[in-house]
Amino acid sequence: MSKFKKEGGKKLPAISTASLPDIIFMLLFFFMVTTVMREVELKVTVKAPDASEIQKLEDKSLVSPIYIGKPTKALQKKWGDEDRIQLNDAFAEVSEIRGYVEEKITGIAEYKRKKHIVSLKVDADAKMGIVTDVKQELRQANALKINYSTRKGFNADKN
Amino acid sequence: MATRETPEISAGSMADIAFLLLIFFLVTTTMDVDSGIMRKLPPPIDKPDDVKVKQRNIYTVLINSADMILVNGEVGSIKTLRSDVKDFLRPHFPDNPKFPETEAIELDINGKKFPYHKSKGVVSMQNDRGTSYKIYIHVQNELAGAVRELRDELAKEYYGMPFKELLEADEEAAKQIQKAVPMAISEAEPADFGGNK
Repeated sequence: MSKFKKEGGKKLPAISTASLPDIIFMLLFFFMVTTVMREVELKVTVKAPDASEIQKLEDKSLVSPIYIGKPTKALQKKWGDEDRIQLNDAFAEVSEIRGYVEEKITGIAEYKRKKHIVSLKVDADAKMGIVTDVKQELRQANALKINYSTRKGFNADKN
Repeated sequence: MATRETPEISAGSMADIAFLLLIFFLVTTTMDVDSGIMRKLPPPIDKPDDVKVKQRNIYTVLINSADMILVNGEVGSIKTLRSDVKDFLRPHFPDNPKFPETEAIELDINGKKFPYHKSKGVVSMQNDRGTSYKIYIHVQNELAGAVRELRDELAKEYYGMPFKELLEADEEAAKQIQKAVPMAISEAEPADFGGNK
């Protein structure tokens, strides 16, 4: 009889799982490459306002974020519920912004420094007073490119 | 007696290890792309310069601390702001005293010169310290939208594509459009005219 004929009565062979690790590794590498670890722990609540004329910020290494909003619930006892500025991991005063921006700029390769952008991540319910102070300080620090961080989806007709 | 081969190390747990790592990265990944409205701040000045701009060339947008909008001295609405600003900034030629003056410039489109009348209009925006950030962004959004739509119109007329595509395709050409329709939005030095903070 045929050399290849199977002996009858055997069960179906199990599907090989040998390539499963490869598939998982592929996914793993994808996520490893795309992961950006959260760089700071937010101490203020920021719910960005919505807008439609938005542009994407391409290179995160060129962006220095400034957070403005009310302290989170847990921190409100100590810090009150006035709008506050957060730089890096701590609350800050307006006067500290200049040092922060300078420090960020020196961390960027020299030929890219012109592309440095300050991203203002401000809560929708914040008042313009503090934002204006920050903007005036940024002008003094010569960090003139700014980006008002917003969410997508504003439509004036529906407001 | 037959020599026994060394047994293979089982790779069965490899998948589990990879899964573990995968789940870790899945959890820590933040996919959100930062986006927002781009603006350029004016450079610092020691004393405000006395550039006289004719009244007809200025379109004032004021926002008070109650988030109400005053457009050229009348109560305005965010709904009509975009089309109003577009009407204002669209060049009107021949001269119409109701609209801003125009300035004759030349556009260099694909090597050919085209005469163009650029509007001298400037939108001046001022807000109170008590204005909420949300309204401020909405107004900024509408102003930016008006300029973007005007640029789109012009880019479509001369190049047959919207401004954003043109910017990617041909930066020099996009500069011509930017020259014809500048981002004429100026923010006045902050003031306090809304009363309670």
